[in-house]
Amino acid sequence: MTDTIFALATGSLGCGVAVVRVSGPKASLIADRYCGGHVTPRQALYRSVSDPRDGTIIDQGLVLYFPGPNSFTGENCLEFQLHGSRAVVARLFQALSAEDGCRMAEPGEFIRRAFENGKLPLTSVEGIGDLIDARTESQRRQALSQAGGHLADRANDWRETLLDAFSLLEAEIDFADEGEAPSDVLPQVRLILADLLTDLQSALADADRGERIRSGFRVALAGPPNAGKSSLMNALVRRDVAIVSEYAGTTRDVIEVEFDLGGFSVLVSDTAGLRETDDPIEMIGIERTEREIKKADLVLWLNDVRSAGSDRDLGQSDSLRVATKMDLAEALPDWADVGLSVVSGEGINQLLALLEDRASRALSGEPPLVTNLRQRACVTSAARHLQSAMSHDGHGIELIADDLRRVSAELEALMGRIGTEDILGAIFSRFCMGK
Amino acid sequence: MNLAFDVIVIGGGHAGCEAAAAAARTGARTALVTQSANTIGVMSCNPAIGGLGKGHLVREIDALDGLMGRMADEAGIQFRMLNRSKGAAVRGPRTQADRKLYRLAMQAELRDYPNLTIVEAEALELLADQGQVTGLVTSVGRFVSGSIVITTGTFLRGMIHIGDERIAAGRFGDKPSNSLSDSLLKHGFDLGRLKTGTPARLDGRTINWSILDEQQADSEPEPFSYLSAGIKQRQVSCFITRTTLAGHRIIQDNLHRAAIHSGAITGRGPRYCPSIEDKIARFADRDSHQVFLEPEGLDDPTIYPNGISSSLPTDVQAAFIRTMPGLENVEIFRTGYAIEYDFLDPRGLKTSLETKHVAGLFLAGQINGSTGYEEAGAQGLVAGLNAARRACGKDAVTFGRDNSYIGVMIDDLVTRGVSEPYRMFTSRAEYRLSLRADNADQRLTPLGIQAGCVGFVRQSQFERKIERINSAVTRLQNIMMTPKEAGELGFSVNQDGVRRSAYELLAYPDIDFLRMADARPELKDIDRKTAEQIEIEAKYAVYLERQAADISAARRDEALAIPSDFDFLTVAGLSNEIKARLSAIQPETLGQASRVEGVTPAAVTLLAVMLRRHQKSLRMAKA
Repeated sequence: MTDTIFALATGSLGCGVAVVRVSGPKASLIADRYCGGHVTPRQALYRSVSDPRDGTIIDQGLVLYFPGPNSFTGENCLEFQLHGSRAVVARLFQALSAEDGCRMAEPGEFIRRAFENGKLPLTSVEGIGDLIDARTESQRRQALSQAGGHLADRANDWRETLLDAFSLLEAEIDFADEGEAPSDVLPQVRLILADLLTDLQSALADADRGERIRSGFRVALAGPPNAGKSSLMNALVRRDVAIVSEYAGTTRDVIEVEFDLGGFSVLVSDTAGLRETDDPIEMIGIERTEREIKKADLVLWLNDVRSAGSDRDLGQSDSLRVATKMDLAEALPDWADVGLSVVSGEGINQLLALLEDRASRALSGEPPLVTNLRQRACVTSAARHLQSAMSHDGHGIELIADDLRRVSAELEALMGRIGTEDILGAIFSRFCMGK
Repeated sequence: MNLAFDVIVIGGGHAGCEAAAAAARTGARTALVTQSANTIGVMSCNPAIGGLGKGHLVREIDALDGLMGRMADEAGIQFRMLNRSKGAAVRGPRTQADRKLYRLAMQAELRDYPNLTIVEAEALELLADQGQVTGLVTSVGRFVSGSIVITTGTFLRGMIHIGDERIAAGRFGDKPSNSLSDSLLKHGFDLGRLKTGTPARLDGRTINWSILDEQQADSEPEPFSYLSAGIKQRQVSCFITRTTLAGHRIIQDNLHRAAIHSGAITGRGPRYCPSIEDKIARFADRDSHQVFLEPEGLDDPTIYPNGISSSLPTDVQAAFIRTMPGLENVEIFRTGYAIEYDFLDPRGLKTSLETKHVAGLFLAGQINGSTGYEEAGAQGLVAGLNAARRACGKDAVTFGRDNSYIGVMIDDLVTRGVSEPYRMFTSRAEYRLSLRADNADQRLTPLGIQAGCVGFVRQSQFERKIERINSAVTRLQNIMMTPKEAGELGFSVNQDGVRRSAYELLAYPDIDFLRMADARPELKDIDRKTAEQIEIEAKYAVYLERQAADISAARRDEALAIPSDFDFLTVAGLSNEIKARLSAIQPETLGQASRVEGVTPAAVTLLAVMLRRHQKSLRMAKA
């Protein structure tokens, strides 16, 4: 018999409402015994909740019962909405723990059961995880679309397209001699595969954006020592995260802070100032700065307005040249794109507007299909096998079929229908109890 | 007559012949019980052996020293390698077979087969005691045996349908086995019904051949058997005609009179081998279907019109047939018919083809829901081999999806069951590129030698072949060329300075063995067959490596055995539905469990953990 599991689905206690979720074969029995009589499925009922062993009333609140398989987990599901009191929840857990075959859920176990019972594809599980973690509007939109099966639906379409190609190929192979099979299916198969490849590639082209929406648009503050990077950092995120001093080389390590800018998650990092040095610790900091510059979607290159600017080549990174300490100068120098002063506050809003514009250009649009590395790896392999399939001619028709089997396997893995336990374990470990 | 046998085989069709011969070859005193010794080896339906997937099975039977390949080489009158223009993995050897020659060859082979006795009798009742087979009651007496193989084909409660006419028969002119059906029911087996069909037979002397398209045999016919030196019989042609709209109208007007459409037949027929009335009803938009006119024998005027099996009344069939070009004035020897017969759900079988319900009882062929001579023969061989091994107290030999089409077929049958007669296709094999008709002996003969079903002649011939291949591969691997040297010989190779062996160069699409041997005359003495096989392996090398990786991953699951008394109901965390499915099938390995319909990857992982725990606790208990 499958265990019946329970857990607190809401956050910390000492609040208005606590939701306790129960899932498993015994949920229906518990509904009837704890809630003073039969609980009609799919209705919110206001009931006294009591411990059936001694009749103690634990609390009063709403109870909802969803019989499996039409429930979140696919099993019988019961939800208690009680007062958000530590004592109430503790008393209910005490009673539930005493039931045979009933135990506390492990982290992520509810959603895992939903996945195992075929209620959700793996990509939706990931989407729900992202939704719970979402901090900005763009993350929320993207996660919701993933949770709603945006990618899973497309992957299903791709699988069906693949089946069309497959059936043509296999008919040509296995029924070649029976006179009823279509002959020379290759041109048709190639058309189908070319369309599919275009689809996969465009999903991949957008994958960067998906990952950036999740992890944030990366802005690196870089420049020579004492250019005012840390001061700008504190001004941007409106709190003191970086130590500011008049001494050059104060910042040794990279400090990274996330903030919401117009609905986009922006990750801004303060870095060690770049200069020639013999100090081994500062050298490590400078190395890290270089790495940060490479990773960044946008580099803000800061220089004191009184300096001659900098002719450093920032390579491929998108960058803005920022003149700092504008309160000490009359006019914006030629080398700067924007000038600001954290002392007077001038230029800060202008910079924020510029940042929002860059982030928005990089991240906005319809939610992308592929939003994390696992998904990207599956789709990338699928596309690679598809390209291999398209490289054969009619003499290698069985090789085309073999490659397509692998494309299909990658799409199955994408949806979690096949896959290793490690990957599943990693995904489900993101969820805390009761999700 | 000896009244006790190690193994008794019931039925003398393709499954029965292979079962009896395999059991006898493995060293068991074996009886083949058949209603009539004259019908041993009869081809009840089409006069052909092999095809795509099927030809692979024949090669595998042959690799295990079975009979079908050699018999087909004796009787073959139109050898063709199907898919010749495609890759080696999907080429299938096939031949039209002279019905009489095939039957006589098989009868001659079995008459003198060591350890084998042929008994002419009807099998009436299976005897079993406490779930173990003990013997067989026949029309000529009672036999004692602990291993019995049933291969009754379409004979179990066989019922022929021609229009609304119904004839109890196992095959046209032969009576059915009804008592054996009753006996199986009494032992607690559930019987289902399946349907198949056969077309009318035509008098070739009344066909206007001159207007029909001809299909010739291959100019260089390739035998099935690794033991056959060549082809004996004269090769003849098949001809192709087509159905016409006039004919379609006749069938549409009389659809209600077809047994399949009138509701008289309850059993499911094969989708991929439909009757002509089915084709016309289902593909109403097609205005013509191809019909192959296949000769039944060299000195036999009978023609088998492949593609028009039917359960329509005789007059409708005749009128329809005469609407086809070339057949306007054809005489019909015998009308086509549909036949329904009993089968047992193959999910009740172990992979050894022994029933889970009654120990010592093995089933092979159409009784397991398959269709086709080759499918039947391959199962017969496995059942006969394992019946013999059981009689000698040895463990069963099983075949895997990774080593043979035999393994694919048996796994499909016992794991997924059937909803229509099961026919082999190359697309059923996920490791298709590794399971080829050309390497069946390399895949299976060593296994057969170990299992005890391969005779001395084949063993030594096989060993010589392997030596030839190994020595040729070594020679090719020892010839090293720089890209410049390869270029001078006319091979286009990346000028990257990397030295490559002649073996590696064979993987290039435009370098074949002949070009290599022209360039390096010391290779000229490698024979054509050996060269061909090395070339195939070289061309597929990248793909074969990939499949080998898949296979070794899958083997980890196949290696995790599930004890036959393992209780799936005790595995916490499995859904009730999955528990029920697994309990019903009681898979033998984790790999098999993973292929049971509806079993999720998560369930497989859970099961793996439980099995390892189970094994550990068993070891602890022993220690």
